Amino acid sequence: MRTRWSGVLGVVLALTLALAACGGDDEGGDGGGQVNEGASFAEGTTMARLKDAGKVTVGTKFDQPLFGLKNLEGKPEGFDVEIAKLIAGEMGIAADSITWVETVSANREPFIQQGKVDFVVATYTINDERKQTVDFAGPYYEAGQDIMVAKGNPEGIGGPDDLAGKKVCSVTGSTPAENIRTNYPDADLTEFDVYSKCAEALKNGQVQAVTTDNVILLGLISQDEEAFELVGKPFTEEPYGIGLKKGDTEFRNFINDTLQKAYDDGRWLAAWDATAGKVAPEKPTPPTIDRY
Amino acid sequence: MDAVLDNLDAFREGFVATVALTVVSSLLALLLGTLLAAMRVSPVPTLRAAGATYVEIVRNTPLTLVFFFAVFVLPQLDVRLSFFAFAVIAVTVYHAAFFCEAVRSGINAVGVGQAEAARSIGLTFTQSMRLVVLPQAFRTVVPPLINVVIALTKNTSIAAAFGVVELTAVATRLANANSDAVIAIFLGSAVCYLALTLPSGWLAGRLERRVAVAR
Repeated sequence: MRTRWSGVLGVVLALTLALAACGGDDEGGDGGGQVNEGASFAEGTTMARLKDAGKVTVGTKFDQPLFGLKNLEGKPEGFDVEIAKLIAGEMGIAADSITWVETVSANREPFIQQGKVDFVVATYTINDERKQTVDFAGPYYEAGQDIMVAKGNPEGIGGPDDLAGKKVCSVTGSTPAENIRTNYPDADLTEFDVYSKCAEALKNGQVQAVTTDNVILLGLISQDEEAFELVGKPFTEEPYGIGLKKGDTEFRNFINDTLQKAYDDGRWLAAWDATAGKVAPEKPTPPTIDRY
Repeated sequence: MDAVLDNLDAFREGFVATVALTVVSSLLALLLGTLLAAMRVSPVPTLRAAGATYVEIVRNTPLTLVFFFAVFVLPQLDVRLSFFAFAVIAVTVYHAAFFCEAVRSGINAVGVGQAEAARSIGLTFTQSMRLVVLPQAFRTVVPPLINVVIALTKNTSIAAAFGVVELTAVATRLANANSDAVIAIFLGSAVCYLALTLPSGWLAGRLERRVAVAR
């Protein structure tokens, strides 16, 4: 009995140590620390209300690597998160006074309408259908469907036209898969239920390419930079905007001005470099803000 | 309903793939399962242990995991096959364990005197299995065998998540493209599965009556 118990104890001890080691390697990383203390806003605006309250609630994704991904301490990190910190900072609100709420694709509009969040930065594509229920500031990033290949691009794939006769993987029934099926019928489309399986198949050489939004591909690459690389030539347009309550034009103008300022003084690019820029092949140019 | 009728071609493509996967895997799995059952009742302890180990490991592993090992681990061992072939391997390996147990229960149902008599007139183990025991065993286990075939038919739907364009993959794709007709599309795919499994059941009933051993 004695030996058996010591064995159990050893395993428990090893697990504890392993967990401790996992938790210990992430320090700081709070990039968006610039807070505009002297900000002042006209009475009655959303900015004045939030500044007086000293806190803001932001919706973002918790599961999208490089854009909004919850870390081990329970705080989201990524490009979307940095953009949200930038906006909060301009209202005089420090990064640690932001309350993060997970928004997934299905609940972004209801959360904005019900006031559960003050604004949403969550890989949120601007389109006309959504504009009927919410307003968008930005775009702050232009995403698009792209192609991921094995490191070194052995097949020399430079764009969707090079996919003819090659095995290309995507998720069953997704928009990128349908785009390939309709517009590039010569490509040999293989479909799985999740992108991680596509990545595995690419690693094994069972497919030659994986295609979907570049943001998702960058997330996959960030998990295995030795195995994959991005072609880096998006062939669709998915402008990401910041969602806010419909009709709050002052708040929208303020966010647009903030974005423009961040474009001009380099904070936007710095936020990119600190997050998605770590694995993206080239630096993006700031998209033109759509002040509709 | 229109969403189903407009996409009959896609449904047919999926249906054919599902039928092919079902038929090929059923035959291979029955063969492998029978072999395993023979191993499990053989007089050689090593074979018995090997058969029992196979059955216990495979039937207690979720089919999704068996698929995962077939589709993503075999290629790392330099096995290069199409996704369809990998699906056949996964479905076969998994259901062989169930076929084995069904066949083994049939073997156990054949009176021990039959096997003893067969051995005493000089037949080898293989001969007594092939000529005396198995023919009787199969007749008693037609219903459980068909049960496994029906389960196998429905389980081929997991191949949809592993690169095979079969019925479920087609339904998922069409449902995403026609978000107003999701129920009609999945009902359509359910009808296709029924068109496969119901006849198997009827066939089993007829077969059972024709080959039943009178005791």
